[in-house]
Amino acid sequence: MVTKVQIRVHEYHDSVRLMQVSERVRREEGVQETILMMGTDNNKKILATAGLHTAEVEAAAANDLIVAIVADSQEAAKRALEKANALLMQRASGVSNTYRSVEAALGAMPDANLALISIPGEYAAAEARRALEHGLHVMLFSDNVAIEDELELKKLARERGLLVMGPDCGTAVIGQARLGFANVVRHGVVGIVGASGTGIQELSVLLHRQGVGISHAIGTGGRDLDAAVGGLTMLAAIEYLAADVNTEIIVLTSKPPDPEVARKVLESAARCGKPVVVNFLGGDPGMISAAGLTPAATLKDSVNEVLYLTAGDVSQGSGPGTAEIELQSLATREAQRLGPEQLYLRGLFSGGTLCYEAMLILREQIGEVYSNIPLNKKYHLTDPSTCRENTLLDLGDDAFTQGRAHPMIDPALRNQRLLQEARDAELGVILLDVVLGFGAHANPVEGLVDAIQQSRRQAEKEKRHFVVVASVCGTEEDPQQRSRQEKLLSDAGVLVANSNAEASRLAGAIILANRQAGK
Amino acid sequence: MANIEIKPLPYPTRVINVGLDLFAEAMQEQGIEVAQVSWEPPVKGDPELMAILDDLL
Repeated sequence: MVTKVQIRVHEYHDSVRLMQVSERVRREEGVQETILMMGTDNNKKILATAGLHTAEVEAAAANDLIVAIVADSQEAAKRALEKANALLMQRASGVSNTYRSVEAALGAMPDANLALISIPGEYAAAEARRALEHGLHVMLFSDNVAIEDELELKKLARERGLLVMGPDCGTAVIGQARLGFANVVRHGVVGIVGASGTGIQELSVLLHRQGVGISHAIGTGGRDLDAAVGGLTMLAAIEYLAADVNTEIIVLTSKPPDPEVARKVLESAARCGKPVVVNFLGGDPGMISAAGLTPAATLKDSVNEVLYLTAGDVSQGSGPGTAEIELQSLATREAQRLGPEQLYLRGLFSGGTLCYEAMLILREQIGEVYSNIPLNKKYHLTDPSTCRENTLLDLGDDAFTQGRAHPMIDPALRNQRLLQEARDAELGVILLDVVLGFGAHANPVEGLVDAIQQSRRQAEKEKRHFVVVASVCGTEEDPQQRSRQEKLLSDAGVLVANSNAEASRLAGAIILANRQAGK
Repeated sequence: MANIEIKPLPYPTRVINVGLDLFAEAMQEQGIEVAQVSWEPPVKGDPELMAILDDLL
């Protein structure tokens, strides 16, 4: 085995490009491992864990690129380094007009109206401020932006009549422009304001499948409804959608806000003159009804409420009664394939809000679940590298994404985690989300299916079977194509549900059925 | 609050992308006009110094 480490001084590439190049080089013959990272302290720790901590690595600075290759031979290592270098030379192929600064870009595109910012959080606020000062709306994808900066940016935006979506805004749709992570859904009458990217994605996808389109989707970032920020973006977004002629119905979605902020938001929504469905996941519906608005408990419920308001086609296939019976009988059948000790569920999520929605549903069915983002602090997973009993993980949380791309872009971490969880003899069901759309991995199911098949082979040797339940947040028109991804999953024996809510209910029902069988 | 005039939603959207190439590519695929800023961290990587420079400029 040969290890080669190359330091390329003052050469910066973003984490996604580095992940893409690593992925390609790793597939070269004779290559065991490829890691391309900028020389930040955190990345050096990751390299050390991988046994690649050399004196050269230690000396690298944050804007030096580290290329580390482990290969079968000197020749293979040399070829891999050449391949990495060639791939790094090819900059974003289609994007020919690149500039050194926002000002230079504005010089070339004076009618630009929005800046999408996705640089490391510590530098992001300064760029956002600059963009606002030049009269641009801002979508701030970056996370790790100080809350004081967030407040200041949002106040500045307010003064200038502009929107700041984010920080940590994963998804926005303005008309038919999909920014960040977003699905190809039809254009229509529903305006969404959401504190989370995957919340917006799941809503827009489920509406699309029911024939309902969206006018705009405005992301606020996860902290907008905290007391410290005061819902400045959500309040502005409600004004925008109230004034927008294409928007007939508004959906608001977030985790339960600060009570005072919730009051302000509901007051503003009640005054906006359009019907508003409010989904404060797990929040108090009484406050929403009292404001004359429509409450919804989950993302799926929000879709049903919108369908009711649009008085469109509200038929849900075979109707809830039959669907419930079908789900129960499927759950009983699947539970029969499990051993009496396989009582637990593990959810491995790439979407934070999908994880949250699943916990809300499962809490009703099987009781509280452990998580790195728990509903109840008592169930906070102290060590996110080890699951216990029923656990749902948000793998897009900071604890997992330091120094690497989000699992929707880079699914490798989840695939590894699946292998780890599947070794547990008490595991009964694995619950997964697969998120498609612009920005997401080109074929997320491919590696997932490999991991499932590998785990199944191992379990079979131990005369064990485990159930995998998944849902695909995506549309037929998405670059990854929903039906193609679903077929790959079904062919691998995965039970594919129509929504995250349905997948969660099915997973919970299987665990319950196995508990009852053991009594 | 109500007396501040809000600018219309940025549509058609013309984007200055500061950061991930991936997003610029995804927007171009949709036919959105994009100018890419090739951002790099400041040489010393010192955010405090940058904040001072930002105030001066």
